[in-house]
Amino acid sequence: MSEIIKAEGLTKVFNHHLTAVDHINFGVNQGEIFGFLGPNGAGKTTTINMLITILKPTEGKASVSGFDIGQQANSVRNVTGVVPQEYTADEDLTGLENVFLCADLYGIPRNIAKERAADLLKLVELTDFKDKKVQTYSGGMRRRLELACGLINRPKVLFLDEPTLGLDVQTRTATWNYIRTLKKEYGMTLFMTTHYLEEADALCDRVAIIDHGKIIVVGSPEDLKHSLGGDSITLAIKENADVSELIQKVEHVKEVRKENGAYRIKAELGEVTTPLIIETLRKNGYTVTKLSLTEPTLNEVYLEYTGKSMRDAEESREAIATQRMTMRRARQ
Amino acid sequence: MSETNGNSKSKLHGLWALTNRELKKWYKAPVIFLLSIIQPILWMGLLGKAMNIGAMFSSGTFTLPQDLISQFTPTQLHLLGSYFAGLQTSILQGAFNTTDYFSFMAVGMIAFTALFTTMFSGMSVVWDRRLGFLNKALSTPVSRAVIIFSKVLSATLRSMFQAGLIILIAVAFGLQFGAGFNPINVLGVFGIMFLICVGLSSVFIAITIRSTRIETPMAVVNLINLPLMFASNAFFPTKFMPDWLQTIAKVNPLTYTTDAVRQLLIFSTDWGQLALDFTYVGIFAVVAATIGIVLSWSFLSK
Repeated sequence: MSEIIKAEGLTKVFNHHLTAVDHINFGVNQGEIFGFLGPNGAGKTTTINMLITILKPTEGKASVSGFDIGQQANSVRNVTGVVPQEYTADEDLTGLENVFLCADLYGIPRNIAKERAADLLKLVELTDFKDKKVQTYSGGMRRRLELACGLINRPKVLFLDEPTLGLDVQTRTATWNYIRTLKKEYGMTLFMTTHYLEEADALCDRVAIIDHGKIIVVGSPEDLKHSLGGDSITLAIKENADVSELIQKVEHVKEVRKENGAYRIKAELGEVTTPLIIETLRKNGYTVTKLSLTEPTLNEVYLEYTGKSMRDAEESREAIATQRMTMRRARQ
Repeated sequence: MSETNGNSKSKLHGLWALTNRELKKWYKAPVIFLLSIIQPILWMGLLGKAMNIGAMFSSGTFTLPQDLISQFTPTQLHLLGSYFAGLQTSILQGAFNTTDYFSFMAVGMIAFTALFTTMFSGMSVVWDRRLGFLNKALSTPVSRAVIIFSKVLSATLRSMFQAGLIILIAVAFGLQFGAGFNPINVLGVFGIMFLICVGLSSVFIAITIRSTRIETPMAVVNLINLPLMFASNAFFPTKFMPDWLQTIAKVNPLTYTTDAVRQLLIFSTDWGQLALDFTYVGIFAVVAATIGIVLSWSFLSK
């Protein structure tokens, strides 16, 4: 598989001291969904903005579809589509007028634009609302309209910046389906950023975890989860004794820690290992009082690599959504 | 997949689409459109009819004391009467170059509109930045210069439409055209309006494009709009101003714009002066547009 996006030592420093993106290297394969996962201020949007030629890198280089983002910026712009974090559609214009505006910005003749707009509005299920002003659209409809605008030039690579930010669960799932369709039916390459771990897990073929402007790890969600060293088992016993040594001897167990009277165990093949541990303990005269088995999620991967809980990011996401609402109201 | 995008598009593609986007917000919103028509009428009514400077010099204001009148013969009184009647005309003619202050002021309104419309439409740049539309446009192959120039052009077209409207309204209110007035002169008015608006909006866009808060350009606009307006000949001739104010008025491009419009509409045209006005405003437009577009461009490609 060839790499359609390639970044080498890509760096952005704002005002000479604020390093938003710090010498990152990565490649995105043709036809895959590649996700940038990281907390706020990690450098995700800055990376996208460099790749879509809005920002000039301070150092390093990158190419999209074989075009250099510095020297061949206009060619990059022609083969990429962008669905930004914000709702950029003009509130005073109708959905269709907005799509035409995007088409005009790409210099697409009106007769071709008409055909494409009809197809795209059908794809995102906005055909019935195309002549309504965007003011009247819900958040989900606006997001879909952005998607239609981003696809008007039939891009080879579509950039999605937080595609489901602030959407309810139902709309989010629907958006995921559109994204999957683009990959499956159009063979499009998608580059997305997200806060949502479950989104990265459900959609992305490969994920890069980014924090403080640096890529910490890249891999498929499965590989990343596997890299944590298997499932985690938590158990407690009735007796007041330390059984760590005993558990450690059980097959597949990799690590045992005693925390607040409970044992946290990391083990491969959790479903097989758990009964073995219980049996070993019972044979030695101990009674298990509590037990839980969790398979690793991307959440734990995230925690492991960034040392941050996702809750912090969750709160700031709500703050962004609130700010956006305020701005929209202020404008009316 | 993207061959159909073609390379045939011109460097200016997207200019009209972006300009029309701005204009649509105006002509498709009945309230805003109506207000932009009412505004000049209001100003004209307030400044032109309420502050009727011409009426101050009418013969009604001059009444001689009765004991003075009794000393004159009827013939002398008649001569004196016609002298005072003529005084009004000559004062107005001497001060305003026309006998009708309303005509003088109505034309000043045109420059006033150019200033206000261009100033406030610069604000839309701030919104485009905050709402992400600017970044969206920057990610398309549309030229950076086109993005900026579409803002300039939409402000210019709006101002020119309003200028035309003001002329029509002023005529309805009793604007007196100059002796040598020819309908073709109206084209000259649009010409000078185009130049001043391109210049002014380029400056304001260069100021506003850097700010993320709407308050900053608002403060700048509020600080400079009225001083700039009154330090010009829009409502009052500069020759009665103190020296320092005259100096400001002399470099203020609005002075030349207003003078050009007066020369074209209500004065008996002084072609030399008109040529000077056009040259001055033309140079201002070119310099301001160059500086404005270069500054905005360097900001957009940071």
